[in-house]
Amino acid sequence: MPTAPVELERPDTEHTAKPELPWVTIVWNDPVNLVSYVTYVFQQVFGYSRRKAHKLTMEVHHNGRAVVSSGSREEMERDVATLHDYGLWATLQQDK
Amino acid sequence: MAFGGFRGLRGGGVRIELDSEEATVLRSMAQLVLELVEAPEEQDELAAMVGIGSNSETPEDPVLARLLPDAYAKDGEEGATAAAEFRRYTEDGLRQSKRANAAAMLASIPESGGQVELDAETAQAWMKSLNDVRLILGTRLNVDEETLTQREQDRQSRQGRRGGGGEDAEATEAALNIYDWLSGMQDSLIRAIQD
Repeated sequence: MPTAPVELERPDTEHTAKPELPWVTIVWNDPVNLVSYVTYVFQQVFGYSRRKAHKLTMEVHHNGRAVVSSGSREEMERDVATLHDYGLWATLQQDK
Repeated sequence: MAFGGFRGLRGGGVRIELDSEEATVLRSMAQLVLELVEAPEEQDELAAMVGIGSNSETPEDPVLARLLPDAYAKDGEEGATAAAEFRRYTEDGLRQSKRANAAAMLASIPESGGQVELDAETAQAWMKSLNDVRLILGTRLNVDEETLTQREQDRQSRQGRRGGGGEDAEATEAALNIYDWLSGMQDSLIRAIQD
């Protein structure tokens, strides 16, 4: 998904432990992954409809990032590991 | 390299016709993944049993850092610690998975090309491995929107004065052509699987 350099778009993240807050998985835009591929991965990994997966992909593309799932820290670590296996650039953090 | 693309088969598989040149390129790309993503080091029994790997540091090579990314933004001590911890437990598995996908792709391509049929599982391995190859080439070539625009301009300005640019430019152009070809192939595979 061609775009401006992604390194500049990383906002501050907070890792301070706040147990009441859920964790989220974030996918970051990168210039290589195809829109069709990222959409496909969201459908495969999360079972999202093509429409929802495409909408999320476009959010990543235009905003530089998107929250793609939320839940416990362990669940988000699993999601991130799965997305890395597909070659997506994903991180997890506590929601703010 | 003419490209007919993938066709979906019943049962989730796909089929593609590859000429010998295409087969050679794809095989060398799968080998590239196997060379770059080295097998995890042997661990002692206890570490292996509990799934602890040896490495906790982000790779210095930007290509490897992209293939094996940090799971936490390293913008503070806590993030850095969490990223290192996550990597210690998961990087070996990720390496093994990427190697297995590349090996499956390699094993399914006859050296001289021909008709290749992939079952659903092998098609998934191709999907991920084609993406890994594109990440490798794209990162090495610094592919971004600017690169592609610049490339188009170079191409236009070259018309009428052949031979400019030198060997480096030619090598980059060749790699970009392979990158584009792989993009088309991956896109075609996605369509064939979703049909």
